[in-house]
This record gives sequence, structure tokens and C-alpha cells, in this order.
Amino acid sequence: MTTFIIRRIATIVPTLIFVSLLIFALQQLLPGDPAMILAGEERDPTVIAHLHETMHLDEPFPVRYLYWVRGVLRGDLGESLRLQQPVRGLIADKLPVTLELACIAIVIALAIGIPAGVVSAVKRGTAWDYGANVVALWGLSTPNFWLGIMLILLFSVTLGWLPASGYVSPFEDWRANLASMIMPAFVLGNAIAAVLMRHTRSAMLQVLSSDYVRTARAKGVLERDVVLKHALRNALIPIITLGALEFGTLLSGAVLTEQVFTIPGFGKLIVDAVFNRDYAVVQGVVLFTATAYILLNLLADVAYAVVNPRIRVQ
Amino acid sequence: MTRQALPEQAAKRATPRSAVMRRLLRRPSAAIGVAVIAGFVVVALGASVIAPYDPIATSFSTVRKAPNIAHWFGTDEIGRDVLSRVVFGARASLLAGVVSVLISISVGVPVGLLAGYAGGMTDMLISRVTDALLACPFLILAIALAAFLGPSLTNAMIAIGISATPVFIRLTRGTTLAVKAEEFVLAARAIGNAPWRVAIRHVLPNIVPPLLVQATLAIAAAVIAEASLSFLGLGQQPPQPSWGSMLNTAKNYIDNAPWMAIWPGVSIFLLVLSFNVVGDGLRDALDPRYA
Repeated sequence: MTTFIIRRIATIVPTLIFVSLLIFALQQLLPGDPAMILAGEERDPTVIAHLHETMHLDEPFPVRYLYWVRGVLRGDLGESLRLQQPVRGLIADKLPVTLELACIAIVIALAIGIPAGVVSAVKRGTAWDYGANVVALWGLSTPNFWLGIMLILLFSVTLGWLPASGYVSPFEDWRANLASMIMPAFVLGNAIAAVLMRHTRSAMLQVLSSDYVRTARAKGVLERDVVLKHALRNALIPIITLGALEFGTLLSGAVLTEQVFTIPGFGKLIVDAVFNRDYAVVQGVVLFTATAYILLNLLADVAYAVVNPRIRVQ
Repeated sequence: MTRQALPEQAAKRATPRSAVMRRLLRRPSAAIGVAVIAGFVVVALGASVIAPYDPIATSFSTVRKAPNIAHWFGTDEIGRDVLSRVVFGARASLLAGVVSVLISISVGVPVGLLAGYAGGMTDMLISRVTDALLACPFLILAIALAAFLGPSLTNAMIAIGISATPVFIRLTRGTTLAVKAEEFVLAARAIGNAPWRVAIRHVLPNIVPPLLVQATLAIAAAVIAEASLSFLGLGQQPPQPSWGSMLNTAKNYIDNAPWMAIWPGVSIFLLVLSFNVVGDGLRDALDPRYA
């Protein structure tokens, strides 16, 4: 197991290097002198000179990259020009809000996706199966920002049950927090539920045709127990690890969802940074997201290897 | 006469492309999907004839009018006809979907083919760069690229194309590795064909089916991505119509002009759904088990 983990960690090192190179190279897309652009409309010569010095803009690209990486390794992701705050602090401030949204979204996705996938596999070829597939296609094809607007129209404008926008911390008022998070979390969980449903269905169909399920049925085990205790338990292993891979979908979705519901999270941070040309924040957020995604994949692989020894041998 | 006609009929039946099309159109969902996509293409191409009004012409006497005989989908916050903007918006969405996928294919397929066929250090290097690109969530990478390139429909298409490229590199590499080990490729190499010739003439035609399926599904993802970037203000710039930017404006008037939000969203949903069902249908139609 230790060898497997070491080998797996060794493979992510070059990926991390390339990710950092790619994100650093984004800055090169800016036409002209980056300091002139980063200094904003005022183009204060003092600011430009300061940026040239701090960003080592007079040095060649590889040297600048090494300076940047050295800062990143020390936890310095740069400073927001607009807010005059370290990017690391901004991410740390906004991340809990997005994590809360993502956690509720994952719970909703699991609660819809897995039962729908199980029913679809068990009742294969029936109206239940077709219905579940239609719901999955709906989930995959609906733009989540549009779904968000439609839910606001129904639950906030027409029925007046839920707030249309805003965020309340759970430490202030957990009921108001839940009311403000339930719609965005449903919007975010909707697409992931569709993916989970498709994977659950396919994994369940595979498991239901295996020998041990046939044996369980031959022994006279109740069909409900065959499905829930024998088949679902084994089918769930790859599905749970899939959750880690959906992290990217969650973060991408959070950008739009937070924009629709005006939630002050990670997604709103990157959009605001883009419009304020706060490129250090954009770079920092992309680097943080990619690194978190790579580490989550690593964790998913290790978790999968723990529960499935054949992976370790391979 | 019958004897002469039979081989011709057999030859017609044996055409793989027509057989795939027949299998695709036999699925009702895929057939409807193809029809809906064709409908959107006609609407996009004939927008200037089909749209009842100029999509950017404002009229302060018809601000936020509910759907009526004169304006079937209603009007927006500055009196523009929503139906005309939806019709012209089809152009931006289809253009972005197709062009960004063409960018992904034109970069991803040659690079993936090179990685899979050459192997060794080339493959290792390309695979690591692909892993790095795949580690950045699709939309976040597209937003970052669009931010650095500047907001416009062209830059949005480039950003979406670059962000979707690693999927094509990985798919092409994987299928190339599988096809490379086939006997007909070994035979082509054994008779002395140059490596580039074997890759282009013998490997490439055999990896087209999975690429075709991926391209169809990628267009669906690109349409949503373009709408998302336009919704955030990073795609098509006002006053030019785009479904995403129409939704961005509509969300501010949802309490008194909900029609502004309904039709652009329904259009995105129908177009994306159609590409998804056609992609699923193509996957089955190209699968020999369903033949």
C-alpha cells in the first residue's frame, strides 16, 4: 500500500509543475507590459515601477517563474490589487461559503442520483427506467444558471417561500442559512445527480448480473436485501470515488450559481476579480482549484485502493 | 436484371456511413434530436429573414411588454423584441459550439495521435501537459483564459476550444494506442510505410467513430459554456444578442418580466438536449453490438 501511495504521489509532481507553468503562462497572454495593465487606468508610475520590481518583470520568463513558484511554495499567492489583501487570505475567507454550498449540493445529488440509478437498474426497460433516464438527460442539458433563475421565479417571486438572493452565516441563524442555500444547492446538485444516476445504473446492472447476486437469489434472500445489501454495497464503491472527480463540476457550477444567487463565495471571488482585472486573484484561484482537484483525485485513488486490493496490485 | 441489381443493392447496404445513419435515425430520440438541431441551423442561417424585428433596435414605447400578437415572446428592458434576439442568439450559440469544438479537434487530434503513435518521451510529455490542463475545471479555465484574452465571442470560442482540447488529446491517444496494436497497422509498418503515413492513412480513419461521438457531446458542452461565459459578461458583448447575455439581463427583471428569462433558457436547453441525445444515439449506432 505504501509503495502504491508513493508511486501515485510521484505521478502528481510533474502534473503540479505543468499546472503551475500553465497558470503562470496565463499572464503572458496579456498584451504589452503586464505592469501597465495591472496598474489599472491611473497607470501611476510609482505603482508600475513597484510592480516591475515585485514581479521581477525585467527578468527572463524562467527566472520570473521560479520567483513565483518560490512564493507559492511559501504560501504567497500574491496580492489583490483592488482589495490590497493577500490572495491566500481572500481564498480562505470565501472558501467556507462555497464548501458549505458544495456539501449540501453533494448530499442532494446523492439523495436523488443513487436511488434513481438503483430503481432504473432494478426496473430496467420499464417506465421507471425511461423516467429516470429522462430526468438524467434533463439534468445534463439544463444550464444551471437558467434553472436558478426559474427557481427564483417559482419559489421567491411567485410563492414567496425562499429568499431570492443573499447569504446568512449558519452561526448567525441556521434556519435563514438553510433557506438561502437550499435553492443554489439544488441547482448545483442537479447536474451531478444526473451523472451519479447514470453511473449508479451502469454499476448496478453490472453487479446484478454477477455470480454472487445469483447465488444470493438462489439461497432465497429477499429481493430487497439482494439489491440493497449485496448489490448496492459493491456498486457504491466506484460511485463514491466518483464524487471526488465531480469536484471540478461543483466549483465550475458554483461560479455561476453564486452569481445568480449573489452568494459571496469562491465563485463570486473569481468573477469579481475578472471584471476588476485583478489577475493575481484569478491566477491564485485557478492554482488553488487545480491543486485541490489533483489532491482530491489522489485521495480518491488511495481510498479506492484501500477498499479494492486489486487496484494496488495493478 | 435481378441478378445484376442484387450486388448493387448489397453494396449500398454495406456502406458503413449509411448503415450508421440508419441505425441512428431508427432511435426516435436521436431522430428528434437531429431534426431539432437541423431546425436551429435553419433558424441561425436564415435569422435575418425569420426574425420579425431588428434584434438590436430599441423602442421605448414597448419596454418590457408581455408576449402579444406583435411580439410573440414579449420585449426586453429597452423594448427589443425577445423572439428576434432568440433567433439571432442561435447564431452565436451554434457558432461557438461548432468553432470551439473544431479548435479542440484541430489541436487535440494531431497531438493525441502523435502521443499515442510516437510513445516514449513524447507521449510522457504530452500526457503530463494534458493531465495539467484536465486538472483545471473546464469552466474555471475557460473563465481565466477569457479574462486574460479579453471579453468577446471570438475569445470565448478560443477559451472554450483550448479548455476542451485535453479531452480530445486523451481520447485520441487512448484509441491510437489500441488501433496501433492491430494487425493491419503492423502489416502497414512491415511493408515499409513511413510512420506519419501509417498514422494518417491507417490509424486516423479507424479512430474517427469515438471522436465523432465525443465531438457531438462536446458541442453540447460548448453551447452551455458559451452561454455561461456570455451570462458572466465574458462572451458575446452587448448589444449583439446571445442567449447567455439575455439571461444575465433577464435575472434583474424576473419579478416583472419573467418572459425575458424563459425563451433564451428553453432554447439553450433544447439545443443542448438535442446534441446530447444525438451523441448518445451515435455512440449506440457506432457500437458493433447494436449493429
